[in-house]
Amino acid sequence: MTCRIERRAGRLLAAVCFAVAMATVPAAAQEELRIGFIAPMTGPFAQVGKDMSDGLNMYMEAANSTFAGTKIKIIVEDSQAKPDTAVTKAKKLILEDHVQMFIGGVLASEGYALAPVSTAEKTVYVSSIAAADDLTQRQLANYPYFIRTGWTSSQPHQPLGQWACDQGYKKIIAVAADYAFGYEVVGGFQKVFEDCGGKIVQKIWPPLGTKDFGPYIPTFKSDADAVFSLMVGPMPLQFPKQVRASGWTKPIIGGGTSYDESVLPFMGDEVIGDVSALQYSAALQTPKNEAFVKTYRAKYGKVPSYFSESNYTTAMMIDEVMKQTKGAWPGPEAFIAKMAALKVDAPRGPVSFDDMRNPVQDIYIKKVEKTKMFGYDKDELWNVVIKTYPAVSQFWTYGKDAFLKQPVYSRDFPPCKYCE
Amino acid sequence: MSMARDRVKILIVIVVLAAVALVVPHATSFIILLATRALAFSILVMSLDLLLGFTGLASLGQAAYLGVGAYLTAILAARYQVGLGYDFWLVVALGMFGAAALAALFGLLATRATGVYFLMITLALGQCVWGLAYRWNSLTGGDNGINLQHRPKFGIDLANPVTFFYVVFGFFAVSLLVLYTIMRSPFGRSLVGIREREPRMKILGYNTWLHKYLAFIIAGAFGGLSGVLWAHTAGIVSPENVVLTTSVDALLMAVLGGAGTLVGGVIGAGVVLFIREYLSTLVHWWQYVLGGVYVLVILYLPGGLMSIPERIRQWRTAPTKSVAGENLAATPH
Repeated sequence: MTCRIERRAGRLLAAVCFAVAMATVPAAAQEELRIGFIAPMTGPFAQVGKDMSDGLNMYMEAANSTFAGTKIKIIVEDSQAKPDTAVTKAKKLILEDHVQMFIGGVLASEGYALAPVSTAEKTVYVSSIAAADDLTQRQLANYPYFIRTGWTSSQPHQPLGQWACDQGYKKIIAVAADYAFGYEVVGGFQKVFEDCGGKIVQKIWPPLGTKDFGPYIPTFKSDADAVFSLMVGPMPLQFPKQVRASGWTKPIIGGGTSYDESVLPFMGDEVIGDVSALQYSAALQTPKNEAFVKTYRAKYGKVPSYFSESNYTTAMMIDEVMKQTKGAWPGPEAFIAKMAALKVDAPRGPVSFDDMRNPVQDIYIKKVEKTKMFGYDKDELWNVVIKTYPAVSQFWTYGKDAFLKQPVYSRDFPPCKYCE
Repeated sequence: MSMARDRVKILIVIVVLAAVALVVPHATSFIILLATRALAFSILVMSLDLLLGFTGLASLGQAAYLGVGAYLTAILAARYQVGLGYDFWLVVALGMFGAAALAALFGLLATRATGVYFLMITLALGQCVWGLAYRWNSLTGGDNGINLQHRPKFGIDLANPVTFFYVVFGFFAVSLLVLYTIMRSPFGRSLVGIREREPRMKILGYNTWLHKYLAFIIAGAFGGLSGVLWAHTAGIVSPENVVLTTSVDALLMAVLGGAGTLVGGVIGAGVVLFIREYLSTLVHWWQYVLGGVYVLVILYLPGGLMSIPERIRQWRTAPTKSVAGENLAATPH
């Protein structure tokens, strides 16, 4: 018995020694650019985190980890999709690793938690995924070292509201995850849809992470023309399946994350015909995207999602800035200014920035179809682009000043005038 | 003999704490940050240990009190600019009082039950607080939480990580002292009596319900203190701080360190936070390490990490009893 414990203790000791040995990292050289990358590597958002880091790694490998002659060091940290942990990891990156900038954050709450860190530590924060509207809207003045390369939650869904109205839908039910991202997505959709003459007749807010929609589906109003859904994480896999199984035959449309390529390959044929909107689709038929999808798929065995594309493009943008400065780090203020002035041709299409440091980009209305793409020989589900709204800004057609006068989209704004 | 051994133990704790206070400020800023986090959180773990280790009540809702303290701090600071100067002390008092008041309310319901029923009632009540934090958007910011832009400044500037570390360390040391004194008092002794055999305590004429109720309120107050410090340590307060897993974390840390030892709480918090927040920056299989530590401790050290010295003593004495007996007599134990 005692011997066994002793042996176990020995093994434990060996493991600890091993961990300590792994910890000893060589000191960083001066000329390299150090970039922190914060994404969930564990927990329910781990799949998304993998897509994000794969996208980034793909660009880094192609560039041989060198931008304009400067060696780039990427330091990956696991945020566990918790704002608290994201902040701790950002501080670690800044204090221990002395990074010049950090990229990442998935949830809106992570974005709101990380932006103040960038201000306090005077370090650039590039949000490639976290989409909280106000970071580049009403609160931007607080965050001088912040820039976004992804999107705002409402950005693609304002055009989708217009599209739904143009299809002749009059009454729509909104079912969305009960948190800020859900409110902003539904808010953008509802505002434009109702300004165009449509009516949101019901809003249902299942908690984040709901996997059984059984209690909600029977309450759907039968006179509605369509359902608008916003699902995240593991939720999208269940929702369309259960709605169709309940006998609902009318259209289902969705926010970007309800059908994006991080979940689409795992979905069944019941989602064929569903429509969603986003700034990227893997089925986008441009030579640039075709090459991107093929390389990515060959490398990582999976079709890229917007999570992959956004981080790939972020790396590309940093590369562009470094080319302008001939490989020298220009300091945080100048870096932000140079990046905000960029115009790049990304896999998602042309991207530039508005004066509030949010991308202006094409928004794609996409329909799920089972088809063959890019010469792959199997019938698969793809987000086929059926309409493109070119150069959409976060303010849609309202104009910056008018848009910023209204409150941020929330549970209560726009109010549900037509709900009973 | 027992008194002498206690004195040695206290001496060891003081020496170790003094060493921590002296060594940590010379470490890297990230280590200082982690140590501050561990100390702030360990006050919550110690408050839970009061219930779990001394009174025998396993609570799964302790994060609620951390939440009260943290949200109170964040809302006062972000909305009313209160608590950023000398009124920080007012916020500390308010945080403790607010959490104690909530505990007084919840305790009326929870202390009626024991065992698994107590566990479930505290879980449900804790989730009520989480639900409020998550859904009351206008007050709590919902899922996004509340950012604290600045730490208090009163003569000393808490924005300085080393200063802040010492402040949290001070709060931790005082909490440890107060909780230890309570546990050594007749009141604390009767709590242990209730843990061991409640009916007997009743027969002896003790109002066991009142004892448990008071312990519940005291635990709540220290949970609130932990929350006030946590809000300033993390700089963000979100429903993540009040969610069930935070309560479970506190419970696991208490068990890992050793329930009924108080200082076990800080060891548990330190080990778990070190693995989760430091080891995770080095290796991506940190979760296996964390799981392994839990399993090994539960299997081989049911008394927690604090029982290691006891185990070593047993292990050394057991095989050669006669010789060890002589040795023991020779040592001052």
